[in-house]
Amino acid sequence: MTDTSYAPPTQSRGLKIALRWGLYLMLGVFAVWYLLPLFVMLTTSLKSLEEIRTGSLIALPREVTFDAWRTAWSGACTGIQCEGLQPYFWNSVMLAVPAVMISTVLGAMNGYVVAQWQFRGANIIFALMLFGCFIPFQVVLLPMARTLGILNIAGSIPGLIFVHVVYGIGFTTLFFRNYYVTIPAELTKAAKIDGAGFFRIFWSIFLPLSLPIIVVTVIWQFTQIWNDFLFGVSFSQAGTQPITVALNNIVNSTTGVKAYNVDMAAAIIAALPTLLVYVVAGKYFIRGLTAGSVKG
Amino acid sequence: MNMKTILATSVASFCMAGAALAEPQAEVLHWWTSGGEARAVAVLQQEFASRGGEWTDMPVAGGGGDAAMTALRARVLSGNAPTAVQLKGPAIQEWYAEGVLADISDVAEAEGWADILPASIAGHMQCEGTWCAAPVNVHRVDWVWANKAILDEHGIAMPTTWDEFNAAADKLQAAGITPLAHGGQAWQDATVFETVVLGLGGPDFFRSALIDLDMDALTSDTMKAAFDQMRTMRGYVDANFSGRDWNLATAMVMNGEAAFQIMGDWAKGEFLAAGQVPGEDFLCGSTPGDGYLYNVDSFAMFEVDGEDAQAGQALLAELIVGQNFQKVFNLNKGSIPVRSDVSLDEFDSCAVTSSNDMAATSEAGSLLPSYAHGMALRGAQAGAITDVVTAHFNSDMSSDDAVQMLADAVANSM
Amino acid sequence: MQWLERHVPKLVLAPSFIAALLFVYGFIGWTAWVSFTRSRLLPNYDLVGTIQYERLFASPRWEVALNNLFVFGVLFIGVAMLLGLLLAIFLDQKIRTEGVLRTIYLYPMALSLIVTGTAWKWMLNPGLGLESMVRGWGFETFSFTWITDPDMAIYTVVIAGVWQASGFVMALFLAGLRSVDGEIIKAAQVDGIPTHRIYTAIIIPSMAPIFLSAFIVLSHLAIKSFDLVIALTGGGPGYATDLPATYMYAMAFSRGDIGQAASSAMIMMMIVFAIVVPYLYSELRAKHD
Repeated sequence: MTDTSYAPPTQSRGLKIALRWGLYLMLGVFAVWYLLPLFVMLTTSLKSLEEIRTGSLIALPREVTFDAWRTAWSGACTGIQCEGLQPYFWNSVMLAVPAVMISTVLGAMNGYVVAQWQFRGANIIFALMLFGCFIPFQVVLLPMARTLGILNIAGSIPGLIFVHVVYGIGFTTLFFRNYYVTIPAELTKAAKIDGAGFFRIFWSIFLPLSLPIIVVTVIWQFTQIWNDFLFGVSFSQAGTQPITVALNNIVNSTTGVKAYNVDMAAAIIAALPTLLVYVVAGKYFIRGLTAGSVKG
Repeated sequence: MNMKTILATSVASFCMAGAALAEPQAEVLHWWTSGGEARAVAVLQQEFASRGGEWTDMPVAGGGGDAAMTALRARVLSGNAPTAVQLKGPAIQEWYAEGVLADISDVAEAEGWADILPASIAGHMQCEGTWCAAPVNVHRVDWVWANKAILDEHGIAMPTTWDEFNAAADKLQAAGITPLAHGGQAWQDATVFETVVLGLGGPDFFRSALIDLDMDALTSDTMKAAFDQMRTMRGYVDANFSGRDWNLATAMVMNGEAAFQIMGDWAKGEFLAAGQVPGEDFLCGSTPGDGYLYNVDSFAMFEVDGEDAQAGQALLAELIVGQNFQKVFNLNKGSIPVRSDVSLDEFDSCAVTSSNDMAATSEAGSLLPSYAHGMALRGAQAGAITDVVTAHFNSDMSSDDAVQMLADAVANSM
Repeated sequence: MQWLERHVPKLVLAPSFIAALLFVYGFIGWTAWVSFTRSRLLPNYDLVGTIQYERLFASPRWEVALNNLFVFGVLFIGVAMLLGLLLAIFLDQKIRTEGVLRTIYLYPMALSLIVTGTAWKWMLNPGLGLESMVRGWGFETFSFTWITDPDMAIYTVVIAGVWQASGFVMALFLAGLRSVDGEIIKAAQVDGIPTHRIYTAIIIPSMAPIFLSAFIVLSHLAIKSFDLVIALTGGGPGYATDLPATYMYAMAFSRGDIGQAASSAMIMMMIVFAIVVPYLYSELRAKHD
């Protein structure tokens, strides 16, 4: 813990208080800047379309109405079906939960091997896998489409899970590897002498230590997968489209009348799960990072 | 409804389904997702259902169909093509050349499409002699929309030449009104550009420059004049035009913040949705000059396995060109029917003008495909032109440079 | 059984490694191949030489996209790091509302840009957003028109990008600050070294690995920036804010020019390679001595 609050005696009390106020002011100004877009989205979602058409965009609603929220959840047209985001929401859940779980488990095992069970070439393999994090996803769309066709999982939720796992393991492996590398190798050695095997050591020594980094990985993966649009739109078909595709259908019509209040409400609804994850698990997020994942 | 009736009806429907030879099924990929558009497609879905078909909706909006085309490529490559896809212009023939489109000539011949569609539009629906797509509607692109109250107040008539337009715009600007409501997105810049090319150069010039990509036409003085006019019009838009959605530009005309907008007839839907009446609150007229630029939406059928799906394609094609759908859909969408034998009684005056002009220009040979809306050129070529148009409009590039860049870009896109 | 025991680690790693070989390197190879073809609507495999690369470098739009990547990349990474570090240091001063502030700084990462882009577009629009608001307060001459100016628009993309990513960087640095050895700092304070010197001379240098991690996360975001541009400016005004990722997408999917898209993808991959390989090298060398 950095503890810099014991200021040296050279600073006067008045200056200290002034600095303190300045600090809070700065933090407040930044908080406003970060919140501004959310504020615009929220207020717009609570206005009627008439008010948006006539009024200023950055203004509190004259009359608060939740109609747009209701429409976005269960009435907005995303095509000929006008059932709002609701059905797509569940598609996203069915897709994100297994994809996050599988990629996290794989990342943990991989990270454990690379950090603690070094064999000749392990680092090169890790480096090669890591490079996968940086490949622009637009590049892989077409060959991946062909692959999914061959595997016979094109247009299905398992297909989407597969794609997200494949392109997620680079990052999850990185997270776990950087975390496990800080755990002394002597621990593994001692356990080996006691006769414990590969999985046994993972299960009884590493897993119990892993909660913080699991939180970090889950947050990262969940955000990435939930917010993904490109894979979602390319590798789904009717009935398996995730929520981002539905959101896009509501928001991005080209030649229709735009209902900005519904757009904004839909955007916030689509973001609620990730927002919730950040708010609830945010504390563990910092803690997880502190616990070693960034020590590299 | 009690349990017994549910059971009875479901058994009954099961038997009926079993009795039919093939149950038409269709998974339809389209990008009509917003309120009015979606309602318009829903008409088709209802008709399809009433004929025993099962419609699976696959909407993908965004970027004027870009996202849908991304999804389409992925679906085709994975061997899982949708049954019917919203496609238009030369893209239909390009997909045909890849060998993935189904032949719907049987339906087309049974329904006599060749007789009811204008020849130039029918041409877009045919691939090497077979019919491969069904047209839905005709959007006219070369419209200018105006706020009637503003024009009346300043004693301005709808312009019939670009000089008149400029004179009117100068007058309005002096009076403190934004003459042209415009959204600075590449496709909107291209929309304005093509109407200018058509107006200044005439239909033959338009054809040789923007359809045949004749190098002499592209670098001609007429083309320079078109860029000059674009530069003039850049002075008529307000300072905040960059990135503005077209419908917000339309709203400026509605609210009296701006006088004119150049945009296809989907803009009419915005006026109507706000309760405005053509001829009373707003005016519609073709952009200065001769000719008619059309943007025809259509559905292409992809090669799919299974009798049910093929039956679905045939039924869908038949319904799309059918009288009822043509009328109801286009009333909702702001466009006009592709076939000439649909009664226009329920359509507004702008639509009637559009329909009459289409018939006249079809006769005169000046019924032309819109380049800006992907009707005239391959995507790579149209895109190369749009890049130059939007780069010129959003900078202080000279017309000479623009013309040179245009020629280079077109050559580079071949 | 013995053999199995010995090779378990390799077997565990094998599926992921094979997946990477196929789905990363295999696909890069595929893209490389296609970049030497005339592929249009769908990929074809007849090699025609380097024509796609010649076309690419003859395209003024690609030049703009590459320049933008450079400007955007440097500013985005630089500003996000600086801001992230600053906020982390501020938050580390025993701030009472730290939990709330941290969440506020972090939340943009949770949102997809499909629509926060729209909110940003409104706020940056001179007629709708900040400019008209400040003018409404009585500052009639206030002007903020970057988004409509082709020369400045790329900076608005930086603003929105920094808004989204800086909170995450802040979290990384905050975690770093919290793991610096407290004893050293106490000792420095006892010696009467001023606070700002403690930071610049002791704490920040000790966080070198975090700068690297942040750099990698940010450069990954910068190179992949796509939604950001599409939602905020659509690449405009003109194509002034085009980035390689948006260029490639436009070529592949809206223009049916897949060969051209593949060649631009290969150039992007080379840029990634040039950035990532030195990092990986240093990262993997330094450890396990």
